[in-house]
Amino acid sequence: MSILGTRVLRKEDPKFLTSGAVYTADLRDPRLASAASVTYVRSTVASATIVSIDTTEAAALPGVLGVYVAADFADLPNLQAMVPLFPPPMMTRPWLADGVVRFVGEPVVAIVAKSTYIGADAAELVEIDYAPLTPVVDLEAASRGEGLVYPDLGTNVGVDFVMFTMMKGVTDDSFFDGCDVVVRQRVVNNRLHAAPLEGRSVACLWEGDKLTFWNSNQGPHSMWSKLQKVYGLTPETSHVISPDVGGGFGLKMEFTPEEALLPELARRHGRPMRWTETRTEAMIGSAHGRDQVQQLAIGGSRDGTVKAYRIEMVGGAGAYCMNGGFLPFLTHVMSSGVYAIPAIETAAKSVVTNTAPVVAFRGAGRPEATAAVERAMDLFAAEIGMDAVAVRRKNLIPKDAFPYTTAVGTVYDTGDYETSLDLVLEHAAYDALRAEQAARRASGAVKQLGIGVSVYVEITAGPAPGSTEWGKVVIGAEGKATIYSGSFSHGQGHATAFAMLVSDQTGISMEDITLVQGDTELVPKGGGTSASKSLQAGGSAVYVAAGQVVDQARELAATLLEASIDDVVLDKATRAFHVQGTPSVSKSWTEVAAAAGGSLAAETDQLAGASFPFGTHLVVVEVDTDTGLTEIMRVVTCDDAGRILNPVLVEGQRHGGIAQGLAQSLIEEIRYDEDGNPLTSNFADYGIISMTELPSYELIPLETPTPNNPLGAKGIGESGVIGATPALQSAICDALSHLGIRHIDIPITPQKVWAAIRAVKV
Amino acid sequence: MGDTVQVTMNINGTAQSHDVEPRTLLVHYIRDVCGLTGTNIGCDSSSCGACTIHLDGEAVKSCTMLAVQADGHDLTTIEGLAPSAEKLHPMQQAFHECHALQCGYCTPGMVMAAVSLLDEVPNPTERQVRIGLEGNLCRCTGYHNIVKAVLQCAAEGVAK
Repeated sequence: MSILGTRVLRKEDPKFLTSGAVYTADLRDPRLASAASVTYVRSTVASATIVSIDTTEAAALPGVLGVYVAADFADLPNLQAMVPLFPPPMMTRPWLADGVVRFVGEPVVAIVAKSTYIGADAAELVEIDYAPLTPVVDLEAASRGEGLVYPDLGTNVGVDFVMFTMMKGVTDDSFFDGCDVVVRQRVVNNRLHAAPLEGRSVACLWEGDKLTFWNSNQGPHSMWSKLQKVYGLTPETSHVISPDVGGGFGLKMEFTPEEALLPELARRHGRPMRWTETRTEAMIGSAHGRDQVQQLAIGGSRDGTVKAYRIEMVGGAGAYCMNGGFLPFLTHVMSSGVYAIPAIETAAKSVVTNTAPVVAFRGAGRPEATAAVERAMDLFAAEIGMDAVAVRRKNLIPKDAFPYTTAVGTVYDTGDYETSLDLVLEHAAYDALRAEQAARRASGAVKQLGIGVSVYVEITAGPAPGSTEWGKVVIGAEGKATIYSGSFSHGQGHATAFAMLVSDQTGISMEDITLVQGDTELVPKGGGTSASKSLQAGGSAVYVAAGQVVDQARELAATLLEASIDDVVLDKATRAFHVQGTPSVSKSWTEVAAAAGGSLAAETDQLAGASFPFGTHLVVVEVDTDTGLTEIMRVVTCDDAGRILNPVLVEGQRHGGIAQGLAQSLIEEIRYDEDGNPLTSNFADYGIISMTELPSYELIPLETPTPNNPLGAKGIGESGVIGATPALQSAICDALSHLGIRHIDIPITPQKVWAAIRAVKV
Repeated sequence: MGDTVQVTMNINGTAQSHDVEPRTLLVHYIRDVCGLTGTNIGCDSSSCGACTIHLDGEAVKSCTMLAVQADGHDLTTIEGLAPSAEKLHPMQQAFHECHALQCGYCTPGMVMAAVSLLDEVPNPTERQVRIGLEGNLCRCTGYHNIVKAVLQCAAEGVAK
């Protein structure tokens, strides 16, 4: 029996459970023993010119080795944004704020000290005199040019996707001609923090002209090429290692000035350098996710048929355009959701504000698309007085319509949306839930029941044409396999998943297969882990390479057995090659490897075409109409990610995504006051979701393979977050719908519920 | 650097004695002075629990204590939990079997807190587990499998 599709526990667990993993701050490489510690002094003002910086007292503190300001790095080339769509000043991060600060948390001064404690003391002694400017904080005001983050540019718009012809833009109201009903709503997709529990962290050293750089990221290769550019290095003179990484969720695809500056400091001081951010630095100074305001309009007929849908977006980029400025495009790509909507119009602008930069966070543009279209469906259903599930069902793309091209030109590979909906409704006993809801309403119960359903589709390994990843498989003289992958696990379980693929191809047992990743000297290239592409692209590369090794081995075995290659088979149970029908005369992997001169190897780059995972989430809530408190009672999901390699890992990804998705609708939000001061700067004031706010989840499996990669797998890393957010928002609004409440923006805190109820009661 | 003070404590059965600044946090002492890096730091507001260890058998957040406050006490960190190099503690085993960890950063603190919870409440309900471990954050698992692991460990009747 094949190991593929079976429940295999993780190979990587024992170390994590006993001694703990080795994260960047845990490294005890003897070469780092003399490392100095870097501390950044950050702006306390959202928008200001820097009048003066006095570092005298800080520099004089015993144990302080150096204090630096922007002018000290004038000759060092700056880091550029990943997606070069924006005016150069907006996408060029200064190493340290240079004359101007643009958000609270922006690094202004770098201190090198013998210890983090001394660095923290010295930071308190730095005096920065700011001349405050009027900050631009509100996204929509920024889009209208009310105040400018970059006065010289005359606009806050980093990119207008219509002007770049990446979206067609919106026309006038004749777009909705022929619709009986048109519903419009402004919708906020709140700013979040990815909040991996391990923050950014770097350790680095020079040996002569060679740099070794350890960094907590989602794959070392993009940091490797950026460091080469900044420091004029070659692949031979630069070595980037990603040790164990404590979560990423998109945030750690990015490379920030605070990380990339360390080699310069190490070079100047002639000693190794370390920096690990504090949680407060992570919350205010790294980067945030989401942050979109949408104007939705949906039109259709009274029988529930949706005919036209429009979404206009303002996307927040923060003070400097990092990859977040690109995200509205992904919202556009997935704007049709699971529905056959004949006409769709989209428009979007990414704008800068005096806030921390925005980057991809789990889902990256697709959660915003699903939240929008699902909200639109709910509002349309409410307007025509139809059950929200019935309206969805009426408009679903049927399963015989794939490949399906949406009105915005996105081609969905495969799908069976209605089955996922049916499975969830049946499991949750939807009709019984509605009956209970009706009973509570009739009795005027304080705790009202709400039921929310979202049906979603997203794009992974995308956008088109897809994602490429490199993989190599080596089988050594002992008959053991080593996998080299350009993908990178920071919790996903690659060591287990990829070993299963090689075990399936070669018959070699799981314990004899090792994964090498995250080291640019051992892995020559790679894309890292993002966009839920690891298994599709990285796994396919490993699987195909393993198949190629088997083909090589069969050829050698044929020579050793003096047989035709066509007659030689690999018996995976005995891990030996023999002539078909003659298993008694065989050659083991060890013998074949020896005949090959000690080892067999194959490597390949695999392009995985974009794939479209989908599913249905149903959330049941109780909302206390006296206090506004929401309790999540049930979460039922069906998430179809194509062919499943390991249900254990898939369920884990679903659980984690669901929690982060529920968190966005329930409690998590990065907030600033009107002066641009962060109101959420640590885990005490950011509503990071804990286990008391969540129930256990009820998961239903469904597998609709994709033809776009050899494994038939779609991505599962982001599905949970995409389906859960709108389902919970819908559930809370549903609990209050009999009071005349149709829409509350997320996160739907008790205060918002209470205020909404008060507003309709008066 | 200010004056130092000597602290002596027993960590995982080994006597440790060092001169430290009085302001040294216990978690920094454990990690940077004693070199036991299994215990992690995830926040600076006592919120996340990644630094949870046992002090005299009870879970504490080691970022919220000074090293001097642990002077003379018995400490256990994740490195000292398993009965032997070959055998996992039942809670570690349950975490493995239930896939209750992904990136692993919260794991040492979560396991230590969970062991302490079952000492206090040997047969908790799901709700009691969720309330008992509220002070430990996990960003990967959605908590589902952590709760499952703790309940499984409790059902097997091996608190410690």
